[in-house]
Amino acid sequence: MGKLECNGLTKVYEDQRKALENVTFTVDTNGIFGLIGRNGAGKTTLIRILATELQPTAGSASINGLDVITQDSKLREKIAIVPQEARTIRWMTSKQTVSSYLLWRGYRYNDAKRLADESLAKLGLEQYANVLTSRLSGGTKRKVLLATVTASEADVIFLDEPTTGLDPISRRELWEILRALGKERFIFLTTHYLEEAEQLADKIGILKDGKLISFGTLSELRKTARYQYSIKLPPKVQVPQLKDGEVTTDKSGVTQIMTNEDEAFSLARAFADQGVKFSITPVSLDDIFFYLVGQKARDE
Amino acid sequence: MNAVYEMINYPIVLLSAVIAPFSILIVITFVSHGTLFGTAIEGGLIMTFFSSGISLQSDLSHLKNDFKLQDMIVSSPTSAGLYMGGMTLAEIVYSIPSLAILIALAGIYLQHSLLQIAILSIALLLIFAISVALGFMLSTFSNDVVQSYAFSRLISLLFTTLPPVYYPITYVPAVYRYIAYLSPTTYVAEIMQSATGYLKISVSNLIFDWVILSAVCAIVLFIAYKKTRWKDI
Repeated sequence: MGKLECNGLTKVYEDQRKALENVTFTVDTNGIFGLIGRNGAGKTTLIRILATELQPTAGSASINGLDVITQDSKLREKIAIVPQEARTIRWMTSKQTVSSYLLWRGYRYNDAKRLADESLAKLGLEQYANVLTSRLSGGTKRKVLLATVTASEADVIFLDEPTTGLDPISRRELWEILRALGKERFIFLTTHYLEEAEQLADKIGILKDGKLISFGTLSELRKTARYQYSIKLPPKVQVPQLKDGEVTTDKSGVTQIMTNEDEAFSLARAFADQGVKFSITPVSLDDIFFYLVGQKARDE
Repeated sequence: MNAVYEMINYPIVLLSAVIAPFSILIVITFVSHGTLFGTAIEGGLIMTFFSSGISLQSDLSHLKNDFKLQDMIVSSPTSAGLYMGGMTLAEIVYSIPSLAILIALAGIYLQHSLLQIAILSIALLLIFAISVALGFMLSTFSNDVVQSYAFSRLISLLFTTLPPVYYPITYVPAVYRYIAYLSPTTYVAEIMQSATGYLKISVSNLIFDWVILSAVCAIVLFIAYKKTRWKDI
């Protein structure tokens, strides 16, 4: 099994803006890896370095044993990327979009056409094969872009914010496709939708101001959070004094208590005895993210 | 295939590709009562080749900034040279209708010898190489499509419409000829017009034209090779 390894990756742009600082992690190149962070956290910089588009200032990285700097030519045969804000070329049909990308990658014309058909069919896009991409919906255009890169031989696919701007239904449709793709190839995706990473990623990294502040599976990330459980209460419910925990109330009056396991179950028993309606769940990626990134006002 | 797909899906692209060189050719021919028809055809060829090359700047900038195609290509086995070569072919494909008509007109009315055709071809190839290298290099720096298209049109105008490309330089007042010689297309036009008998220049001047054109080509190719920003730094 291959690995993606980053070792002390640092990027300082020409304007002296530091985008990445000493990012180090290793992840197996199977399944889906989700990189989350706020806008400007360094997600795109990291994905562009790994996709051999951008030179790091310091540090090294390799994918399946191929160095992203010194062996970029070899590596490029194994990777493909859908960049952030990538769009389909509007004067081409879906099939032409996929096949022209394959021609660029060096495929023969007949192979490119056949693989384009197969890739579009795999993503359920047969009916759009001969439709100009300018006439497709936003969600379908993204699927065409996915079909484009997955039609190639690349076994590592980088997706930079693939679902940004899509409606919830299109987003979920794309998730289904990504889940299936993740079983065949390694998908490295960046997102600022925490639910997306939670739903899709086998491992998650959290970037903040260019630094990797957390890395692991969701359950490993939960352990790094100060509190493991979240209790939500409807408005106007009296919250008892906590031994250990944090209480926040959003604009609609819903109160969230984040606390440890013992206190959470003790509170749950007390609320149940009082007949108070409540929900109790392990902390979500949202909770972990806001805890780690220091954003408490998530409902603002 | 980019160009072929676009022309198949939007046939109007074909028409617009033909209009520019022919509009000037027709004007020059009518104004000169037909005497400059030959040089106008040669001017049309220069404009078509130069504009095709320089169009890389705006077209690639469009593909790079609006569609992120360059990013997708960088992260693929395709090299910068191959991408430039492929896109150059696409630009030639766009120009095939104009070139076909111009070459047909030249074949019917001018009837050049093989030697003349060889000289014209080499001169056109050099100016095409200059414009391709310039267009590709500029596209890799561009991050604004609107400015890119405006810049592309401006360069095309400065190098193919204002200089004496459609007519001999002898029609330009002497004081302005020095300005005309700032454009490499002037040298191409002189070479082509002298090879086909529309302009009489000395052998030394002709050699000078070839030297300048070759030197400009070598310098632009060198700068493009060194300065093209394929992978970001």
